Amino acid sequence: MKGWRRFLARGVLPLAVWLLVWQGAVWYLQAVRGIRTDLILPAPLTVARTLAELAGTAEFWHTTFLTLLRIFGGLLWGVLAGTALGAATRAWKWADWLFSPAIRVIRATPVASFSLLVILWVVTGWVPVVVSGLMVLPVVWGNVSRGIAQTDPLLLEAARAYRFSRWKTVRLVYAPSVLPYFASACHTSLGLAWKAGVAAEVLCVPRLAIGTQVYFSKIYLETPALFAWTLVVLILSFLLERALGSLLVRLEGGMRHAD
Amino acid sequence: MRIEGMTAGYGARRVLEDFSLTWPDGGVTALSGPSGCGKTTLLRCLAGLQPCSVRVLELPPDPVLLFQEDRLLPWRTAEQHITDVLPRARRGEAERWLDLVELAGEGARYPRALSGGMRRRLALARALACGGGLYLLDEPFTGVDEARAGRILARIRALGVPVLLSGHESALTALADRVIPLSGPPLRPGPQVGNPFRHF
Repeated sequence: MKGWRRFLARGVLPLAVWLLVWQGAVWYLQAVRGIRTDLILPAPLTVARTLAELAGTAEFWHTTFLTLLRIFGGLLWGVLAGTALGAATRAWKWADWLFSPAIRVIRATPVASFSLLVILWVVTGWVPVVVSGLMVLPVVWGNVSRGIAQTDPLLLEAARAYRFSRWKTVRLVYAPSVLPYFASACHTSLGLAWKAGVAAEVLCVPRLAIGTQVYFSKIYLETPALFAWTLVVLILSFLLERALGSLLVRLEGGMRHAD
Repeated sequence: MRIEGMTAGYGARRVLEDFSLTWPDGGVTALSGPSGCGKTTLLRCLAGLQPCSVRVLELPPDPVLLFQEDRLLPWRTAEQHITDVLPRARRGEAERWLDLVELAGEGARYPRALSGGMRRRLALARALACGGGLYLLDEPFTGVDEARAGRILARIRALGVPVLLSGHESALTALADRVIPLSGPPLRPGPQVGNPFRHF
């Protein structure tokens, strides 16, 4: 009962308020200013109707699945590479000297520059995978690196004194210490991966992609479709964030109770 | 056991300056002295955790140190702390070590659920379970009541491994076979004395 009340108060009510604000803006533009809003701000119901129509086609699901796959692929390789590089740059000075400046350059480079450059190197469908991974990598690298640096030196000394192997030290001391930093990086990365991945799709226009649909909606002034596809991105991002959140909680629990 | 010409410090500050000490092998030896005189540094040097220079060092192999701080892993249970330091074949002994420090039945609890004294005893059990030829115990009974400390020390003595412990509680040093008074820094030994208050 308490959970439901919380869900209503924290989830449904703010959403309802913002939907009302949206609908109010549409009414204002239509009734007071006399503007036809379909082109600049479609009503929530129009967007919902467009979304329902889109969802009735097989192409919608195919498009959504492929974009999801690309984003997930990008997120996965970005997280793995970021974690490995975070550990490497902390473990070896040569790795820090070699990789840290490169990762900082990646972090500062805009998504658009990467997308346009990567189009020249890989097939169109892979551009969002590469670009979203490149956006995720520096975030995970920075957090994992910071987590390793913040690991309690007293615990590390105890691990050495009690003759822990290198692997045992990683498993029992480093990993639980780094996990909160890693989880925070994953949460931040998920949103980044979506934004960068869809932006890359808009720029490179693969055959079946949400970004491509967003691009064509803009070209053909199908604003309700633009809103509907954006809504799809938001819903998928939210669902993926929840799934990732519960996965990380289980991982943390597992690590704490692992023997 | 013999230390000759041990020098160690932190930066320019010398805590041990050409320090020498000889004491009989076996039993429980207590290092007694005021806070900050250098007992912890000496124990850390003997455990090989503190850089130092030494001319002669005659000690049993693989000394193991109980740190002054508990240094427990918040994400490991009491039992896991013991199994973590035991070889795979001896993991079943965890309860025995917990029993030795009077923590039997507390194996499933995490450090945050233990009192200060219980955490100290868990840290002690972990160091003892780790094994070695010499136990270096830095203030092992902080927060533990005297009667319990006496019982635990009797059990440690029964393990047959020589013990070198530090502490400034007179009640604790009274339980040792011998007490080495120290002063400093830099650390200086006083005359070695037998313990007139020995209870064992």
